[in-house]
Amino acid sequence: MDLMNPSALGIQAQNVKAWFGAKEVLHGLSLEVLPKHVVAIIGPSGCGKSTFIRCLNRMHEVVPGARMEGRILLDGEDVSQHDPVALRRRVGMVFQKPQPFPTMSIYDNVASGLKLNGLRSGPQMDQIVEESLHAAALWDEVKDTLGKPGTSLSGGQQQRLCIARALAVKPDVILMDEPCSALDPIATAKIEELIYALKKSYTIVIVTHNMHQAARVSDETAFFLMGELVEFGATSQIFTNPAHKKTEDYISGRFG
Amino acid sequence: MDRLFRALTFIFALAVLALAALIAFELYRNSVLSQKAFGWSFLTRQIWDPVEEDFGALTFIYGTLITSALALLLAVPVGIGVAIFLAELAPKPMSEVCAFLIELLAAIPSVIYGLIGIFVIVPIMRVQVQPFLIKHLGFLPLFKGPAYGIGLLTAALVLAIMIVPFITTITREVLMSVPREQKEAAMALGATRWEVVRMAMLPYARSGIAGSVFLALGRALGETMAVTMVIGNSTHIQASLLAPGYTMAAVLANEFAEADSELYTHTLIEVGLALFVITIIVNGIARLILGRMKVAPVS
Ligand SMILES: Nc1ncnc2c1ncn2[C@@H]1O[C@H](COP(=O)(O)OP(=O)(O)OP(=O)(O)O)[C@@H](O)[C@H]1O
Ligand SMILES: [Mg+2]
Repeated sequence: MDLMNPSALGIQAQNVKAWFGAKEVLHGLSLEVLPKHVVAIIGPSGCGKSTFIRCLNRMHEVVPGARMEGRILLDGEDVSQHDPVALRRRVGMVFQKPQPFPTMSIYDNVASGLKLNGLRSGPQMDQIVEESLHAAALWDEVKDTLGKPGTSLSGGQQQRLCIARALAVKPDVILMDEPCSALDPIATAKIEELIYALKKSYTIVIVTHNMHQAARVSDETAFFLMGELVEFGATSQIFTNPAHKKTEDYISGRFG
Repeated sequence: MDRLFRALTFIFALAVLALAALIAFELYRNSVLSQKAFGWSFLTRQIWDPVEEDFGALTFIYGTLITSALALLLAVPVGIGVAIFLAELAPKPMSEVCAFLIELLAAIPSVIYGLIGIFVIVPIMRVQVQPFLIKHLGFLPLFKGPAYGIGLLTAALVLAIMIVPFITTITREVLMSVPREQKEAAMALGATRWEVVRMAMLPYARSGIAGSVFLALGRALGETMAVTMVIGNSTHIQASLLAPGYTMAAVLANEFAEADSELYTHTLIEVGLALFVITIIVNGIARLILGRMKVAPVS
């Protein structure tokens, strides 16, 4: 089963700068994510990857003292004109550490976003929960234990649960911040397969420290360094024939 | 040295337990006359007649339970509401200052609350609140009768004011300990501020909040001075919440000095024993909940 989403949208970031207090951590980044493409963001720790994708769904601004400048267009519309709450319902996010709601069952975790949208329990909700769990490749493992707490699952399953939760509200874009860094190789492989399947329907931006992962799942790759975009291009080109020396050094493991 | 220290602390811990057991035993031993004379029906009879020496504690048990329950009903929403405001909405310096002041409130001696009750709350109850309730809800037996000012409802209100700080202080702390990641997970799903509180914070903090409520209940059940000053000290149960009543702690405080016979004294001590048992149980539940929360944050 597939959650088809014909309306997957593209994102354009234009000269994005971001601050924590007085400290500028993004110095004017521009890049474009095409609809139904997967863009991987790589770069050494602290270079601003998380900050950047948190600008995309305006989660950056919830940190006290944080602000941004520049423009981010979702389907051509400036996200700063959106209500952030409404924006986040269209731009889903999956975090580094799985964050299921601990007091909720597996079912309720997936349904939580739907309830925010005002959907009442019933056959329609059951159906969307099932579809989302299928789409997150978790259904077969949990179909008999939907009433159990989300935290009873393994780390990898919890992460797929969080992906299902993000998918349930049918977002246009999914942001993933190192979604596999807390997972073992088998769980990681499952999530990568999943990302590959999801890109048929969604636009995805994924931050990763794993070069192989970036190479495997993404169409384009962006290399960040100290708050600047060093290089952005087709993944195959970045990994075989990078234009910049720094990119080459980083992906070949010579620093970072 | 280390072993000595361990042995000492162990002995102190035992001493505390022994003290509690000793209190229970003394309460029991000094109320045997009453237990013999009235048996279990002591707890279910309303009569309180020192002249004929015929005693039953139901009025006081009823008064204690009803005032505490009402106090919780009033204090829990307010206490949690204030805690949510302080933890989530108020600017940090304001939250800190308010939390400090609220903690101070918890430290005010209860006789002061009693005075505020008599001089501030009783007049307001008599002139405004009670006439209002009688006028609009007077068809219910709960809100019948003359507006004395004092009474069960007034006592409950004073109690509520006294226990709000307990609920607010602990609830604020547990709300602030909710991991940022949990809040962000809710926000990223498109939750509004209030929805983040409802979806990610209150459920995460629920056992801590329950613990604070039980702690407050324990305090309300045992509160003596402030209640004695405003409840009206009537030994009859009346349906109306506006009528005067009595609590277990209040009758002990009031009548112990005038208890002229041995049976009378034993009777009062049996009331004390019942109160002791109830509060130990309620506080035990509170500690269990709060304690378990500390060792087992959600994985
Ligand atoms: N809440 C914060 N307050 C102040 N500075 C912050 C905050 N979060 C991040 N920073 C700083 O902003 C810069 C970018 O951080 P960011 O988290 O975006 O990096 P990252 O590329 O995601 O790193 P990592 O790979 O370690 O996750 C870093 O220098 C970091 O110290
Ligand atoms: Mg990061």
